[in-house]
Amino acid sequence: MAQHDFSVGIGGAAGQGVATPGSLLAKLFVRRGLHVNAYNAYQSIIRGGHTFLTIRTSEAPVRCMGDELDMLIPLNQDTMDRHVRRMRPGSSVLFDQGKVRPDGAAEGVQLCPLPLAELAKTPLHYNTAAVAAVLRMVGVECRPFEEMLAEQFQRKGDAVVAENVAVARAGYEYAGAHFRSYPFALPDTGRPLAVATGNECLAMGGVAAGVKFYCAYPMSPSTGVLMWMARHARQLGIMVRQVEDEIGVINMAIGAAHTGCRAMCATSGGGFALMTEALGAAAMMEIPVVCIDVQRAGPATGVPTKTEQGDLWQVLGAGQGDYPRLIAAPTSIADCFHVIPQMFNLADRFQCPGIVLADLLESEGFSSLDPAELNFNPPRDRGEVIGLDGPVSSGEEYARYRETTSGVAPRALPGTPGHAHVVATDEHDERGVLISDEFTDPHKRQAMVERRQRKMDGALALIDPPRLAGAEDAEVTLVGWGSTWGVIDEAVEKLGREGIRASHLQVKWMVPLHVEAIQQALAKARKIVIVENNYSGQFARYLRSETGVVADAHIRKYDGEPFLPHHVVDGVRKVLAGKTKKYVPVHEIRV
Amino acid sequence: MGEPAVTDTRSALVKRPARAPLPVKEFKGKADPDWCPGCGDFGVLNALKTAVSELGLRPEEVLTISGIGCSSNLPGYINTYGMHTLHGRALAVATGAQLGNHGLTVVVTGGDGDGFGIGGNHFVHAMRRNVDLTYIVMDNQIYGLTTGQVSPTSRKGMKTKSTPHGSVENPVNAIPLAVVCGATYVARGFSGQQKHLIELIKGAIEHKGFSFVDVFSPCVTYNQENTHEFFKQRTRKLEEMGHDPSDFQAAIEKGGMWGEDIPIGLFYRNEDAPALDEMEPVLADGSPLSHRPLDVSVENARAVIAELM
Repeated sequence: MAQHDFSVGIGGAAGQGVATPGSLLAKLFVRRGLHVNAYNAYQSIIRGGHTFLTIRTSEAPVRCMGDELDMLIPLNQDTMDRHVRRMRPGSSVLFDQGKVRPDGAAEGVQLCPLPLAELAKTPLHYNTAAVAAVLRMVGVECRPFEEMLAEQFQRKGDAVVAENVAVARAGYEYAGAHFRSYPFALPDTGRPLAVATGNECLAMGGVAAGVKFYCAYPMSPSTGVLMWMARHARQLGIMVRQVEDEIGVINMAIGAAHTGCRAMCATSGGGFALMTEALGAAAMMEIPVVCIDVQRAGPATGVPTKTEQGDLWQVLGAGQGDYPRLIAAPTSIADCFHVIPQMFNLADRFQCPGIVLADLLESEGFSSLDPAELNFNPPRDRGEVIGLDGPVSSGEEYARYRETTSGVAPRALPGTPGHAHVVATDEHDERGVLISDEFTDPHKRQAMVERRQRKMDGALALIDPPRLAGAEDAEVTLVGWGSTWGVIDEAVEKLGREGIRASHLQVKWMVPLHVEAIQQALAKARKIVIVENNYSGQFARYLRSETGVVADAHIRKYDGEPFLPHHVVDGVRKVLAGKTKKYVPVHEIRV
Repeated sequence: MGEPAVTDTRSALVKRPARAPLPVKEFKGKADPDWCPGCGDFGVLNALKTAVSELGLRPEEVLTISGIGCSSNLPGYINTYGMHTLHGRALAVATGAQLGNHGLTVVVTGGDGDGFGIGGNHFVHAMRRNVDLTYIVMDNQIYGLTTGQVSPTSRKGMKTKSTPHGSVENPVNAIPLAVVCGATYVARGFSGQQKHLIELIKGAIEHKGFSFVDVFSPCVTYNQENTHEFFKQRTRKLEEMGHDPSDFQAAIEKGGMWGEDIPIGLFYRNEDAPALDEMEPVLADGSPLSHRPLDVSVENARAVIAELM
């Protein structure tokens, strides 16, 4: 049976309520067991501007928002004008006939004017009527939507529920009577799925890791983590604090982590910049702490509501001096959940800071998730800790920074008898006594530096190497990192349909980096094209510096919007035709 | 709206059963101080060690946290758990540590530059939160470790290496600042008045909430103005001035006194304000966060997933 693949775009001014029909549709789809991927192109404007939410659904996992829309729902004239010309024959445009004029639609595009003022008594119910009309046109019965409205409004009483249900039925019936439905019906797979944003996944990943202390300063596009944590703090027994600034955030997290809590914080690039000195402090004192940088377009305040992969070199070089750090870039919204416990296990084991490099595409987008894969008690490795469970014996004198083969020495938690010691941001000897001021000792200094850095060898062995998807000698090998996995994966499929054999290597763990595995994976590559969401090719430079691999060409985008599959496909075509070595797609829609 | 429920962890954690004090020498750190001979910080270190000893505390029960500066080397010189953190960040780290394990006695030590300059933001916010810790500032009105530049508490007109023609800026007056920011125990001591300082620090540690002890701790090398002799001649004990530390306005007023009579002693104490950890519902069951199991209950996992369906 052919898979369905249906996309709907809903657009309007900020404050017009684009999110409501979007989340209603997403819930309705996942409850039928359909997968969903959605991206909200929004702006840092309190009211006005243009916000455009794309939701795509299918029985198969949906990796990105895709290239085409099957339905457009413009909530204002502006959205109609921006998008209608891109609608293909066979698609539909659903709009309020009292508010929006359908100018410029191509032949074959069905115009579906809804008389919302007649169907609903108040504009508050317009979304309800519109969602019901969509359901009718994709062959989904109205009942699940009516049940959802009942859930949503039950607290307001039966009359409110009845009113909403009546509007839904009116919209549903009107669409049935007046519009041509799509030539398919979206099925119910019988296996309901969950849906969450990347920010929610990062927060829930923290829960799964056993985070007991979370603190943050609000910063788009990471604030969703703070809000989720704050909402669930009491229920889950997590201390959540909003701090005066990001310097305070990371230092507070370090303090909590030192006592034995798993402590996490999230920010965006600007906040991360303020945290960098303290990340070095965590590495120097050897305290495990996890910090999430949800990248947005920079530099400085930049574009707070737009996406970019522009912080790679910032996290690679965060803070002065050399120090061991772990850096991972989750490759999907679902991976935002899984990467957090993985990061905590490594940070605890190797007693160093862990940095998770997500981005706005993930954090503000949402995706279906298989509830069976949301394991809230994954394996947890606290590393070598003294004083976490029960009494400890104190024999010989405890040396916090003892020389070991692995580089890791057991850390004793404050409160543990017989193990009092000082952790210091100054260089220190094995016992934690400063060697920076009084007795600067080159031999001890060298040994300390080497011991700390040695920890990364152990970490590498515990990290899965990236794997090449597709043939080693494919015509073209696309290399990406972090959030672009889905869009590149889909582009590879599209290329295949055009007869271009492509393979794909996606890198998640930036530090430590699987240098040899990457070199092997790319050894037979005929044409390496690196795809990344920034101007200067930050990953391309990193890959070259660490592995010696020099890409043949690049596809880059730095306009604030994420890649769409056809951007990558177009780029590959141009590169293979020898027309360019650096392709920068133009985003078609001005959002 | 009523006040949030106050948990009764205070009695269990702070009012420990009376125990025979460990000798002060048990609190001697692994290293000897590198301070200049005659530095006021010796007196503060001695007073702190004596205070924790007399309170019957054990080394493992105390977490001493500092930033960077001459006085911030103190954790290395006292046998407790210690964190020698970044310049200006001790209070932020200490807030996290106190909330992470609210059974610990948290003492923060540092200097005037560390606390009122680079750390000024954290100083204000830690006080308004009434974090249960003791903050001892060794205030010498100069940057000593960097060899003698102007500090936030340097007198207007003071000549230093960075103000060779005299500072044109007003100094911070930390006592009234602390009172208005919400600190619930505000005191000033003098390293040259040991017995008095010991009592102030003991009171600070026993107080549940943010305790601030500003200590005149003269720099013998870079501040030839605010010397031991300077403070010896001018400091007057509030306890002998009929001051009532429960009087908020009087505390601000006394804090503003400077000149031939400079008050030391307890300016302000509010024993009714709950500390941050007492206000925090997540700590209501009393056990420290740091030692709670990490497992997520089946019910909680189900509830979280149910929200997504």
